[in-house]
Amino acid sequence: MEKTIEIKDLYKSFGSLDVLLGVNLDVYENENVVVLGRSGTGKSVLIKIIAGLLSPDLGQVKVFGQSVPDLDKKELNALRLKIGFSFQNSALYDSMTVRENLEFPLVRNIKNMTRAEIDKAVEEVIDGVGLKKTLDQMPSELSGGQRKRIGIARTLIMNPKIMLYDEPTAGLDPITCQEINELMNEVKERYRTSSIIITHDLTCAKETGDRVAVLFDGKFKYQGTFEEVFSNADPRIRSFYDYNFIESKLQD
Amino acid sequence: MSREATKPVFSEKIDDWLLGFYNAFEFVKLVFKEAFSGDFEFNEFVRQCYHIGLRSLPLISLTGFVTGFVFTKQSRPSLMEFGATSWLPSLVTIAIVRALAPLVTSLICSGKIGSGIGAELGSMKVTEQIDAMEVSAVNPIRYLVVTRVLASTITIPILSFYCALVALAGCFLNVAVNEGTNLFAFFEKGFDSIIFLDVITAVIKAVSFGFTIGMIGCYKGFNASNGTQGVGKAANSSVVLSMFLIFIEEIFIVQVTNWFR
Ligand SMILES: Nc1ncnc2c1ncn2[C@@H]1O[C@H](COP(=O)(O)OP(=O)(O)OP(=O)(O)O)[C@@H](O)[C@H]1O
Ligand SMILES: [Mg+2]
Repeated sequence: MEKTIEIKDLYKSFGSLDVLLGVNLDVYENENVVVLGRSGTGKSVLIKIIAGLLSPDLGQVKVFGQSVPDLDKKELNALRLKIGFSFQNSALYDSMTVRENLEFPLVRNIKNMTRAEIDKAVEEVIDGVGLKKTLDQMPSELSGGQRKRIGIARTLIMNPKIMLYDEPTAGLDPITCQEINELMNEVKERYRTSSIIITHDLTCAKETGDRVAVLFDGKFKYQGTFEEVFSNADPRIRSFYDYNFIESKLQD
Repeated sequence: MSREATKPVFSEKIDDWLLGFYNAFEFVKLVFKEAFSGDFEFNEFVRQCYHIGLRSLPLISLTGFVTGFVFTKQSRPSLMEFGATSWLPSLVTIAIVRALAPLVTSLICSGKIGSGIGAELGSMKVTEQIDAMEVSAVNPIRYLVVTRVLASTITIPILSFYCALVALAGCFLNVAVNEGTNLFAFFEKGFDSIIFLDVITAVIKAVSFGFTIGMIGCYKGFNASNGTQGVGKAANSSVVLSMFLIFIEEIFIVQVTNWFR
């Protein structure tokens, strides 16, 4: 299988704050990789580097064989069209309706589309996330779960080959979480994407991840299937797991 | 891999200040580069013009009228000493066209428009909407900044012109009641006293004030630090900085245009 994302010995710090200290990660075609890790370990920083929003201090970041930090603006934009980025807080444009949000990347990147073609593309993605009735609402009128799904739909409209999800289920109730998990799995099948899914939610990790990687001290110390990683004896991983376990017990 | 914090060249404050100056300069350069490359976001530009014009119209109407009216009223006693109240229309017209209209309009707009742009872009920055634009291969400078800077550069001169008209109306009302001057005589006296250079100067001022307000608002918004506090700070500091720059520009432009008198 082809590698879509290759990260080797990646370092990133902000001033005196060291965040990533030698990250290695490969993501293969049509694979979902779940990234776990405590708050502030640099998970968001990692995917921002992949999308070229932040530049690394050292190391290699390749997407589809192209080294992201070395691309010029034009090449980077061409690459970004193949990457869908779902932000931690959805990042919907709050001065635009849902429809305008969805059209925004489309009409600016594909020239000379007819109104009918645009409407068709919008309809397709909004049906895909099951929120057709919200098309003319403003983002402020949507619930958290709806916002997440519209955010995902906005990236799907460009037919991405890679999806980067930043905590797609954070702050949602268990049923909505489950719907988002299903959506991510559907996206993987329908668009044949490879994805990085950042999450704190072990149910999400288990449901969506083909592989799990845990970020600790600026590195991926453990990678493997969900069972492999969590049969590991490292007490810090166990505690992560146990904490989630206790919490889910409490919710039941 | 931990890096030592680099030693300041002068002192930390001065370094920060110089760095801020450099960053602002780079930002302006980038905006100019983007303004002349790629597609122009015409719809967003029109929306911004409409927004800027509409948002400040009521306040400018009120302030302009009061300025003209009160200025006339306050000037009357001094002119009366020389028995020269018939000069009131000329005096006030000169004051309004040369100085008051562009300045009053711009100060109002830096409060109303500058803070609005700073807060809007600042909140887009901290909620990652600007990042979202960037990753969808849309240039946020072109979409957000070029449109706003151009809109304020064009709209604020128009608003200044409107402000001058309203202020003259305030003045006319005052002299019509007190001196019984009719409209025709009022305008004849008023416009006789201003020359083309006055108008040109006023236009240059209004254009550069408008540019400053838009640019500073966008710059502060784009550099908002994280959190809701950052948004407030961006809004606030864009007002302070643009007012400061407006005064500097006022002095500079008046000095330069006076060479041509
Ligand atoms: N642009 C930036 N400038 C300075 N520091 C930053 C920047 N972005 C992130 N950081 C710092 O890097 C560290 C990692 O941030 P990051 O957002 O990646 O954490 P995270 O793993 O995503 O955490 P969470 O689960 O809370 O989202 C944090 O300490 C953060 O303060
Ligand atoms: Mg994060």
